[in-house]
Amino acid sequence: MTLLEFRDVHVTYTGSRGRVPAVRGVDLKVEAGKVLGVAGESGCGKSTLAMAVLRLLPKSAEVTGEILLDGEDLLTMGWGRLRAVRWTGASIVFQGAMHSLNAVQRIGKQVAEPMLVHDRDLSASDAAKRAEALLERVGLPASRLRSYPHELSGGQRQRVMIAMALACDPDLIIADEATTALDVMVQAQVLQLISGLVKERGVGLVMISHDLSVLSSVCDTAAVMYAGRVVEQGPAHEVFARARHPYSAALGAAFPVIGDPASRRNPGGLAGDPPDPGRLPEGCSFRPRCAVAVERCAESAPELLQVEGARLSACFVAQEGEPVVLG
Amino acid sequence: MTASPTTSPRALAWARRRQSFARSWAAYRAQRTGMVGLVLLGAIVVLALAAPVLIDESALSVTQATGGRMEPPSLEFPLGTDEVGRSVLALTLWGSRLSLLIGLTATVVAILIGTAVGVTSGHIGGAYGWFALRISDWFMVLPSLVVAIALLAVLGRSMGTTILVIALVSWSGTTRLVRAQTLTVQARPYLERARALGAGHWHQMTKHIIPNVLPLVLASATLLVPSAILMESSLAWLGLGDPNVVSWGSILNRASDNGAVSAHAWWYLLPPGLAILVVVLAFMMCGRALEAVFNPRLRGEQA
Amino acid sequence: MSLDKVLTARDLRVEFGLPGGRVARAVDGVDLDVAPGEIVALAGESGCGKTTLARTLLGLERATGGEVAFGGVPLGRSTKALKAYRRQVQLVLQDPSGALNPRHTVYDAVAEGLRIHGITDDEPDRVAEALSRAGLRPPERFFLAYPHELSGGQRQRVVIAGALVLEPSILVADEPVASLDASVRGEILSLLLRLKEDAGLGALVITHDLGLAWSIADRIAIMYLGRIVEQGPVEQVLTAPRHPYTRALVSVLPDSPVAEPIVLAGELPDASRIPGGCRFRPRCQEVASGGALKVLDQCEGVDPAVLGPDAEPHLVACHLDRVLDDPARMAA
Repeated sequence: MTLLEFRDVHVTYTGSRGRVPAVRGVDLKVEAGKVLGVAGESGCGKSTLAMAVLRLLPKSAEVTGEILLDGEDLLTMGWGRLRAVRWTGASIVFQGAMHSLNAVQRIGKQVAEPMLVHDRDLSASDAAKRAEALLERVGLPASRLRSYPHELSGGQRQRVMIAMALACDPDLIIADEATTALDVMVQAQVLQLISGLVKERGVGLVMISHDLSVLSSVCDTAAVMYAGRVVEQGPAHEVFARARHPYSAALGAAFPVIGDPASRRNPGGLAGDPPDPGRLPEGCSFRPRCAVAVERCAESAPELLQVEGARLSACFVAQEGEPVVLG
Repeated sequence: MTASPTTSPRALAWARRRQSFARSWAAYRAQRTGMVGLVLLGAIVVLALAAPVLIDESALSVTQATGGRMEPPSLEFPLGTDEVGRSVLALTLWGSRLSLLIGLTATVVAILIGTAVGVTSGHIGGAYGWFALRISDWFMVLPSLVVAIALLAVLGRSMGTTILVIALVSWSGTTRLVRAQTLTVQARPYLERARALGAGHWHQMTKHIIPNVLPLVLASATLLVPSAILMESSLAWLGLGDPNVVSWGSILNRASDNGAVSAHAWWYLLPPGLAILVVVLAFMMCGRALEAVFNPRLRGEQA
Repeated sequence: MSLDKVLTARDLRVEFGLPGGRVARAVDGVDLDVAPGEIVALAGESGCGKTTLARTLLGLERATGGEVAFGGVPLGRSTKALKAYRRQVQLVLQDPSGALNPRHTVYDAVAEGLRIHGITDDEPDRVAEALSRAGLRPPERFFLAYPHELSGGQRQRVVIAGALVLEPSILVADEPVASLDASVRGEILSLLLRLKEDAGLGALVITHDLGLAWSIADRIAIMYLGRIVEQGPVEQVLTAPRHPYTRALVSVLPDSPVAEPIVLAGELPDASRIPGGCRFRPRCQEVASGGALKVLDQCEGVDPAVLGPDAEPHLVACHLDRVLDDPARMAA
C-alpha cells in the first residue's frame, strides 16, 4: 500500500538572489512497513523535501506538484486537517536533538505533551504511563522521564526525539539525519531501534542522510539526490554496492567497505564542489564533476529512466548500459 | 609588523581591505540617523577647526573686549556679550575647540587603557585577569563625577589633568566590552590553529584578537566621546576646569557665577548649552549607527 | 624512514580536575609512535580522549604524566622549544570554517606560520608553493580570497596549506573531513595520502570513522576511555579485530568482515569514573556472554597494561585475547 507519494514536486525559494530552485521535480513513493532512504549532500534539496511533507517550509518557498499521504494531497488540505495529520499521520525526527527539546522541561512532560494536545480525553496520568512505555520501547529507563534534556547524552536525546515522534502512533516517520551526530555504536543502537519499529508496527519511514552506508543497512529503497533531483533510485543495497550513476558511485566511495581491497589506500572522491542551486550548469547538472561525461551531457539534462529491473538512473552513460565508474 | 616589502599580493590585499571598508560604508550610509549625525559632526568639526580664521583670538581677551556687560544679541554681537563684554559667539566657537579636544583625547586615552586591560585580561586570564577585572569593576561602581572632583582637587586644575581624570573614570566600560569580545574570539578554532603554528601571546593578540574587537571598540568610542564632553563640561561648570582656557563648560561656569540666570541673559547660557547638546547628539547618532554596522548581533554576520 | 623525526608518546597521561574534587582521566596511559611517511589513524567514540591526546601531542595541553618527544627529544615547556617543535609537528583542525580568521585573506592565513617563525625570504613563493601542494591551483587565484568565498573543501585545503608552509614532518589532523560534504572528503583524504607518498609526510589522523582509516591509514590505534586498546596494521586490526571493543565497532559497519553485528549496550562511561580492572569489562560482550569466563578474575581485578612500543606489530589490551592467542603463537 502506498503511504506517501511525491508527484513532480518542485520547491523554489525566492530571496535576495532571485528564484532559487531547491527541489526540481521529484517523484517518489513510500510503502507502509518499508524504508525509503534519501541520500545526498548539503544543499541537494533532501531536507527541503522532508519539510515540504508537513508544510514546514518558510513562506518564501513555493511548492508545486502533489504530496499524497494516504491518497490525500498535503499541499492543498486545510490547516485544521493538516494539524491532525502532523500528529497522527506523519512526524519528523530532526538532527540536533539538543535544540529540538525544551531545555527547561522534564523529558516526561515533553513526551506526553503531543498526546495530551491531540487527545483531550486522555488524563495526565494515562499520558504519563504511555510516555513511560514509549521511553522503554526506545531503550531508555522510565526513570529518565524526570530528567532534563541536558542530563542525557546525545544518543539518549535522539531516542527521546524518536519516542516523541512515536507518541501519537503516526503512520509515517521522517528521520532527517537523525543519527548523523551520533557515534558509530550509538548510531547502530538507534538504527536497530528504528528498523525494529518499522517491522513491528508497519509504519513507513523516510530516512534522510548523507551517509549512503547507513541507508544501505536500513533501507529497502534508496534515492540519491543531486542538485534538487533524484539521479538514481533502486534497492538500497544495490545502489550502494553497484551504483548506476557516477554521483552515487562517488558518494558510496566516501564510505568505503572495510576489507574491500579496491578502496584500500584509495579514497574515492569527486573533484569540484556541489553546485550552487542558484547557478546550475546547462545540461546535466552533475557534468562539471563527472568523469564519464559525454557530449550529450552538455546539451540536455537526462531523465530518470529505468536501466535494469528496479533500478532507475538519470545518466546517459548508464542508460546506454555503460559502466559509470572509470577503471 | 609585517616584514616583507610591498609585494603585489600585499598591495592587492589592501585593495580587498578597501573593498570591505566600502561595504561597511555602504551599510553605514543606509542608516539615516547615522548620516545626520555624521553631517552634524562634520559641520561642528569644520567650524571648530576654522575658528581662528573666522574670529581672531583677540576676541577672547578680557582686556580687549569691545562690548558692554551682558548685552543682548545685536548685529555686532549676534549672540550677545558676556559679563566683560566679549562676544558669546566667539566664546562658543572657540570653546568648541577645547571641548572637542578634551572629549576626543580623553576618549582615546580611555579606549587605549580599556582595550589594553580588556584584551590582556581576557587573553592571559589567570590571577592577572582576575585582578584586572576587579580593578575595572571597582572603577565602574565608583560615582565617576565624585572621583573626578576628588582627583582634580589632588592633581590640580589643568587641561592635562582634566583629560587624565576623565579617561580614568571612563575606561572600565570599554574593558568589560573588550574582555567579553576577547573571550568570544579566544574560543574560535583559528586561535587554536595560530597557537599550533607557534604563535605567542603578542601575535595572537595583535593579529587575531585586536582586529576582531576593534570595530566594537570604535563604535563604543563614538559613544564615549559625548560622555567625556559632558564630563568636561560638568567639571568646568563646577569650576574645576583649566582657568586659562575657554570651553563650553567654563563659559557656563562663568555665566552662572556672574548672575546670568538672574539677569535673564539667556544668550549667555543657551549657546554653549545647545552646542553641548548638538555635539553629544551627533556623536550618539554616529555611534549607534556604527554599532549597528559592526555588531553582528544587530546586523547579519559581516565579512 | 629516518628515526630522528618520529613523534612519540610514552605513558602519556592528561587529567582534568572537575568540580566536586573528581578527576577526569581523559588520557590514561598512551604509547604511540608516528613516523614520517606513515599515516596512523586514532579511532574511537567521542569522549574517548582522542582529541585531548592530539592536543597534548601538539603541546596545546599539558601532560600530567608521561612524555611527548620528537626525534627522541622530550617536548620542552619553554616557548622557544615549543616553537621549534611546532615547525615539525602541525595541526589540521576539524572545522575549516572556524579554523580560518574571517578577516584574513587566504594569503595571510597561509603566510601566518612563516611570519610567526620569522621566515621572511620569498614569502609569496612559499605561500604559492604550499597552496599548490594542497591542491589549490593556480595559487595566485586564491591569494586574495576570503574564507567565506571558498567552499568547505577549499577551506580545508587552505588550512592544510597553512600547515604545509612550515614544511613539517608530521601532521596531526583532528577529524579532517568530518565537517565536509561526502563527495569532497575523498579529495582531502587523497591529498593526505599524496603528501605521505610524495613528500614523506607523517600524519596522525583522528577519526571516529573506521572507513576513513581503511581508506588512507597504514596503522590504526583504537582508543577506549583514555587508553589504546588495540593497535596494529590497518589490514589486521580492521579485518581481523581481536579486542572485543574493536570487534563490536567493526561489526556494526555495512558489509562488515565480522559476520554478526554486535551492538554494545549502554554508552561510554565518564572519564572520571573509569571502571577498575579492564575498563571495557562492563560493556564487554565476551564478559556478558560468558565467553571470558576463564579470565574473568583478571578482567575484574587486573588493568591490562599500557600497550608498549613492542616488536610485535599488532597489540591488544585484552586478557581473553592473551589466553586465546598463546596456543596459536606456540603452534606457529
